[in-house]
Amino acid sequence: MALLEIRNVTRRFGSYTAVDNVSISVEAGEFFTLLGPSGCGKTTLLRMIAGFDLPDSGQILLDGRDMVGTPPEKRPVHTVFQTYALFPHMTVADNIAFPLRMAGKKTHEIQTRVADALDSVRLSNFGNRFPNELSGGQKQRVAFARGLVNRPRLLLLDEPLGALDAKLREEMQMELINLQKEVGVTFVFVTHAQNEALALSHRIAVMNRGNVEQIDEPSKIYGFPKNRFVADFIGKISMMNAQVLEAAPTHLRLDVGEVGEVTTAGKEGIKAGDKGTIAIRPEQILISHPSEARRLKNHFLGKVRDFLYVGDVTTYIVELPNGAFIEALLPNSAPGRAKFFEVGDQVSISWHHDAGIFLND
Amino acid sequence: MTKEEANAPRAARFLVSGPPLLFLVVFFVVPSLIMILTSFRFPGEFGGLAPITAPAGAVDGEYGLTAEAYQFFFSDILYAEIFLKSFGVASATTLICLVMAYPLAVLIARSEKRFRNLMVLLVVLPFASNFLIRIYAWMIILGPESGLSHFINTILGAFGIAPVTLLFSPFAVLIGMVYVHLPFMVLPLYTNLEKHDPSLLDAAQDLGANGWQRFWRVTWPLSLPGVFSGSALVFIPVLGMFAVPDILGGTGDILIGNLIKDQFLGTRDWPFGSALSIMLTLAVLSVAGLATWFARSATGQRAA
Repeated sequence: MALLEIRNVTRRFGSYTAVDNVSISVEAGEFFTLLGPSGCGKTTLLRMIAGFDLPDSGQILLDGRDMVGTPPEKRPVHTVFQTYALFPHMTVADNIAFPLRMAGKKTHEIQTRVADALDSVRLSNFGNRFPNELSGGQKQRVAFARGLVNRPRLLLLDEPLGALDAKLREEMQMELINLQKEVGVTFVFVTHAQNEALALSHRIAVMNRGNVEQIDEPSKIYGFPKNRFVADFIGKISMMNAQVLEAAPTHLRLDVGEVGEVTTAGKEGIKAGDKGTIAIRPEQILISHPSEARRLKNHFLGKVRDFLYVGDVTTYIVELPNGAFIEALLPNSAPGRAKFFEVGDQVSISWHHDAGIFLND
Repeated sequence: MTKEEANAPRAARFLVSGPPLLFLVVFFVVPSLIMILTSFRFPGEFGGLAPITAPAGAVDGEYGLTAEAYQFFFSDILYAEIFLKSFGVASATTLICLVMAYPLAVLIARSEKRFRNLMVLLVVLPFASNFLIRIYAWMIILGPESGLSHFINTILGAFGIAPVTLLFSPFAVLIGMVYVHLPFMVLPLYTNLEKHDPSLLDAAQDLGANGWQRFWRVTWPLSLPGVFSGSALVFIPVLGMFAVPDILGGTGDILIGNLIKDQFLGTRDWPFGSALSIMLTLAVLSVAGLATWFARSATGQRAA
């Protein structure tokens, strides 16, 4: 039995449907992420799991028990808020002790568990500090410790890393993974940052306009997006309209406008004549001088129109004869060199026959 | 930046803060010093003050400086009693105002933003009519022929209890005091509560706190600065108030304010009146100091 079972949950605000007939099940011990752009309903769903909001229809089951009618304070679910929501008038130790006190634990038990919790987030010497004396990362760790100290069945995390700068955020991601492994508590994590979701989660539910578009492991979400929305939202991807010429179990032959014929991996349920999109990730595309072009199944000539240097890699935007743009990524293997091609250069781009993915309309 | 330029803002600052500073020196510091001096002089034969040096040809009479007013204050337990009673009335008024104002301030702070200003306006609206007129209105409300008196005495009569007079009683004084000072408690409380981060209450609830615990562990401690400033704004004026006991109280309900007023307008003993004022100021200052110390230790001396 799944630990958390969301069954056909719908939540409307007036005429606006924030969550539309969503069903999700989360296993015990899982790091589960709700990912989507703002307004996709992920926060509303999280608030309903916590108990701050109620579904208009559908059920939320925790350990098989319907949670509707159980107020937030009675649910074995704790939340790490986006703004941390640490109590400013309490010391770090008192903040962490709060859920234990509310649960009526004995003083000596509270003391040992607070000490353990402080230890687990490497803040042993900070028990007597007040929240306003802590850095952003430290506040964040106190919020984690406070959420975990009373061993909830479920820890909800509402964009907890959103307020941190990039470097600290990466550190905290590592810490969060380790922390979850250590305590074994099930995490439901909400974020709009796709790289964060990919890095942290066991499984991701990609949400859009109140609907779940796809639930899968990070590599499946990234590698085999189910539709254009997921493909576009997660990572960078180039997409072109295509029609199926031949559908074999091992491969699909596609007609891609004036570019010509493209071969891609086989996919179930596709038949000749189907219309859709061919989507390819920039890192799957090989870019080279036309003279040294690799004779892969799919290869085309194009012109470099633009490039974006981000340090480790440079992304080249290549225009194909039909006017379509394809992004190709090249690691900057030579130090001090920001680019291997100039704008206007003729280049050859190619990709393996199983690199692209066909998304039918 | 040249030196002149650097000094220019300082000159501007003096220009802005100078006049109010001067005003306070002339009309607060100087009168206070005059009052301290007055408390150590002898009263004049027909009111006012006796000269410090004996005038030419004076045969007898008291001149110079004396601590007689203070000796007089400590010689009779009556004055200490009036002080104590005044502090009692001020404490009771403060407490009742707090109990009444807190739920109101919470209500205003948690209602929709567009209604808040209107509600605050309604709280201060009584200030639009004259203070004395409002107190006289209470005289009518509490008077023996008022509907309220009839209503209460009918109920008491049903239980066989003799009718009571509401007016000219400590009860009437307390009602008047609470009525006048309630807005001074509501406003600072509201200003404080309005700033509370609502996610703290969500967090408390999420972590297992029920309604009462959320209030007692989060809202109340965070509102203490508002409680303290509201209490000061009620407690201190009540101590000096003489109009309310004058109008609504009986003969036995005089407070320090009335006593001081009488020294100047009735008994015409200026030195004693001044001494009483100074004793009152000292008492208020020590209470305020104590409250500050208590507030600091309660809120841990940090900016909330």
